[in-house]
Amino acid sequence: MQLFFEQLTNGLAVGGIYALIALGYTMVYGVLKLINFAHGDLFTIGAYLGLTLLVSMGLTSHLGPLAGILVLTIMVMGLVAVIGALLERVAYRPLRTSPRLSAVVSALGASIFFQNAIMLIYGARFRVYPHDILPVTSITLFGVQIPVMRILLFTASIVMMAGLYFFVQRTRTGTAIRAAAIDQGAAKLMGIDVNRVIMYVFLIGPALGGAAGMMVGLYYGQINFTMGWVYGLKAFTAAILGGIGNIPGAMLGGLLLGVIEALGATYISLAWKDAISFLVLILILIFRPTGILGERVADKV
Amino acid sequence: MRLRIENLQVKYGNVQVLNGLNLHVDQGEIVTILGANGAGKSTTLMTISGLVKASGGGIFLDNQPLHKLEAHHIVQRGLAQVPEGRRVFSTLTVLENLHLGAYSTTDKDRIAQNLEKAYAMFPILYDRRSQLAGTLSGGEQQMLAIGRGLMANPKILLLDEPSLGLAPILVKSIFSTIRKINETGVTIVLVEQNARLALKLAHRGYVLELGKIVLEDSARALLANPEVQNAYLGGG
Repeated sequence: MQLFFEQLTNGLAVGGIYALIALGYTMVYGVLKLINFAHGDLFTIGAYLGLTLLVSMGLTSHLGPLAGILVLTIMVMGLVAVIGALLERVAYRPLRTSPRLSAVVSALGASIFFQNAIMLIYGARFRVYPHDILPVTSITLFGVQIPVMRILLFTASIVMMAGLYFFVQRTRTGTAIRAAAIDQGAAKLMGIDVNRVIMYVFLIGPALGGAAGMMVGLYYGQINFTMGWVYGLKAFTAAILGGIGNIPGAMLGGLLLGVIEALGATYISLAWKDAISFLVLILILIFRPTGILGERVADKV
Repeated sequence: MRLRIENLQVKYGNVQVLNGLNLHVDQGEIVTILGANGAGKSTTLMTISGLVKASGGGIFLDNQPLHKLEAHHIVQRGLAQVPEGRRVFSTLTVLENLHLGAYSTTDKDRIAQNLEKAYAMFPILYDRRSQLAGTLSGGEQQMLAIGRGLMANPKILLLDEPSLGLAPILVKSIFSTIRKINETGVTIVLVEQNARLALKLAHRGYVLELGKIVLEDSARALLANPEVQNAYLGGG
């Protein structure tokens, strides 16, 4: 039982990260019906920018660990958001009226570009996050040992998701995003500047993905320029699992996939960890292609 | 306030949909555009709203060109459209739909006033305000679409096939509402399959064929016109 709860908390911590990345996929799909294949690489950029800023500015030694990480998170989110918005301007907006496949090819191209740019700038070897930043202690809750870092990660992702949910459900701009996802033409007739809505989506999704990249760096300690590929695929699976285009679905799918993966790795085989995730993807696509919360069928690439 | 369309040209790819369309709408009028399927009626409205771009000619509101503006700026100028097939945001609530109609203004008092007016015109929307729009009946959705259009506080309201798919009794009530809206000073441009009903409501009408206006007259004269009767009124 001890092992089960340990893996459950591990799964929730990792699942929170999947959920944050999945939100970027699902929001872009919602508004543009495009899978942003470069999203995983924005996540990688977040991890590397986090490392650079952390080391070069010494934020945590000046401000203390918690305030330092908070400032770091805000800086990383801001920078990756700007890169995301630029990506949309350069790679997707010129193709807005082209056939959908053109934008998909452009997304794949952007992904290759980002990956190689990161490799050229930072090198191809694994880079290591400083490991003395977050507490490595554990607390005991109901007889289960939980590392404090997991609790911090999980809390951080829940706070960000709650913030996003509030923004999308309760604000004027959030409602405009939902409207543009349902019917772009009708949204324009309401006086909504759909181009601006798309820009917001490409600010928010990459900001969350970038934060997730930094969180992975802090949690696992090492990062690599190809890490966005696997995390991107997992998060994409999570978005499909929850129902692509559906924001609460991406949150639920991410957490669920993290838990399934952690428990599968423990009780089946660690070597099969990734295979289990993709088995989930295949099963979902066969038996419930709309995902858990989705209503619309994802019939496009 | 006067809407004027001059020599409007619209192409979808290689297909010329509007080919030199001219029309005008004066302050306070109800003007209807009649025509067969594919004549270009909806395209005309979509071009006025800026969702379709003209390849030639122009659209002017009080001599100011509209055809170069983005769709959301056109709404700010006081032109709202209730599109064909209603196109309510089905997974948003009725209230959220109405608020989106007022997206072009941030004036809270103005929005609250317009909401009052929309509820006064369609009390059922108030009862259903927290329901998802997709759960409404067809008639209620049409009311929501019109109410949503009025939330923009338009000077000119473009209505595309408001009777489509509705039971005859509902059609009557929607048309009497359109008259009421017009009586509050809103100019109406109406595209409608039900030509007889449209001509009974309108002051003037245009007949559109293959992307061109072929006939323009007062609604009464068009109702009496044998050609119009044959082509659009089921042989009178």
